Amino acid sequence: MLTLPMLAVHQPKSVDEAVALLRDIPGARLLAGGTDIVPNLKYGMYETGNLVALRGISRELRYIREEESELRIGAMCSVDQLANHARVIELFPSLADAASQIAGPQLRRMGTVGGNLCLDTRCVYINQSHFWRSALGYCLKKDGTVCHVVKGGQRCVAAASNDTAPILVALGAMVRLVSPRGERIIPLDDFYIADGVKNTQLARDELLVEARIPLAAARLRQAYGKLRLRQAIDFPALNFGVTISVEEQKVAALRLCVGALAARPALVRHVDELRGRPVSTPEEIRALGQELGLRAQRQCKPLTNIGVDPEWRREILPVLVRRGVERALLS
Amino acid sequence: MNRGAGRPNHQRVSAPSQTQVLVTLHINGETQSVAVSSQATLLEALRDGLGLTGTKQGCDKGDCGACTVLARPLDENAARASGSSSRGEPILSCITLAQDAQGLALTTIEGLAGAQGLDSIQRAFADCGALQCGFCQPGMMLSARALLDSNPQPSLPQIQAALSGNLCRCTGYTKIYEAVQVAAGMRMPSHARPVRSEPAPGVDGPRVEVKEIAT
Repeated sequence: MLTLPMLAVHQPKSVDEAVALLRDIPGARLLAGGTDIVPNLKYGMYETGNLVALRGISRELRYIREEESELRIGAMCSVDQLANHARVIELFPSLADAASQIAGPQLRRMGTVGGNLCLDTRCVYINQSHFWRSALGYCLKKDGTVCHVVKGGQRCVAAASNDTAPILVALGAMVRLVSPRGERIIPLDDFYIADGVKNTQLARDELLVEARIPLAAARLRQAYGKLRLRQAIDFPALNFGVTISVEEQKVAALRLCVGALAARPALVRHVDELRGRPVSTPEEIRALGQELGLRAQRQCKPLTNIGVDPEWRREILPVLVRRGVERALLS
Repeated sequence: MNRGAGRPNHQRVSAPSQTQVLVTLHINGETQSVAVSSQATLLEALRDGLGLTGTKQGCDKGDCGACTVLARPLDENAARASGSSSRGEPILSCITLAQDAQGLALTTIEGLAGAQGLDSIQRAFADCGALQCGFCQPGMMLSARALLDSNPQPSLPQIQAALSGNLCRCTGYTKIYEAVQVAAGMRMPSHARPVRSEPAPGVDGPRVEVKEIAT
């Protein structure tokens, strides 16, 4: 049995009220679906006595609509809603695919899009009971001074484990953040920072209220890929989103974003060199996938932060990327 | 060497829960108020506060599905907007806060049987012998009920997907899937009668009918 620490639960009725509570209560944390924060609280991962519960503002933030050449997804949409939404499936099948592979049926009903984008980083040395962590002497992310993954490491490398982030970054999504000081809209890629202790730019009094995907991205050939040990419940051991713009049967632009490596999803660099590659036959598509996979393998270094053999994850990455490219271009 | 470095100065274990709150929960068609600690989970409110022990505590961290209950927004308009089926969708009560569940209409395993007796899912689980230790069964049956409410004639892969958040460590799932198909009227049980377990050697007591423990 895992017990929660003492908590006061605040239940605002509007976004404005929610961010005012965040401003006024130091250390308060957000509770949306609860699928990430509640187990983490049970593990004693956060020092907080206050939760700001967002269920009361579900109606305000539970929508998927097209507006100003963008698909806008309210942060309180459930992951299940995202996975099964007819327009999402039609416009961004890779995103619906990513959402449908998150956890299990109950967790997809509870978990929210905002919650998935703000998911805390995960590591075999942190997502453990307080007793377990105390026996090991804690770690950088909470209560300790050492990293058990990278010996001598000074920066937390707990893994970004959200399924929607890599594909949304590859699709060029933006996020809208609201605080009592106003709002800002930033690329999702800039939202994440390479710090496992707190891997987003979100200020203490800020709430992610919406994800926006340019409708133009619906023209991109796209795929999501996920490596996991079981076909349900598991967090990714590796995941990625790939988008390819094809013009006159040649690659015009390409983005590959890989997750579950370290603290933030990583865009694979130097892919512009692949522009102009022909993709008119299955052989050419396979060759492009292999080339992209090798570039990903050179840049991505799986660590022991996830309880799945890093050597195997390193070996399988180019294979998964090649298959993803084939899915994107052959379907 | 680093053992104990940065050890936090608070006592997490045995921290007393001092703040009690009164929560109003809507369970199985009834509205009930119960005093719980402010951080109590819905599971704790159900089991410890209301004595509804049919909902099981398994992993207690949102993995295993033993604590599954059905929920839909209490507000009918919101329920329609979210496309909830009649009894709602399966959620995990061990990672839902009791205070945060006050806007939900909940169905627990105790509320599955109606005036006509067992729900068709319960009868099918009994008829197929779709249980061994029985611990996963309440959650399993509620997930199955939610599936059949939204999809009365599911395919086998759809049944497997719908139950993929409920772990069973005894059965191997075959009879569970069979029971869902039987409840959907898609097939007959592979055995005409409930499978009865043999008494343990040296135990000479009355046999318990599966149907009596399947509620």
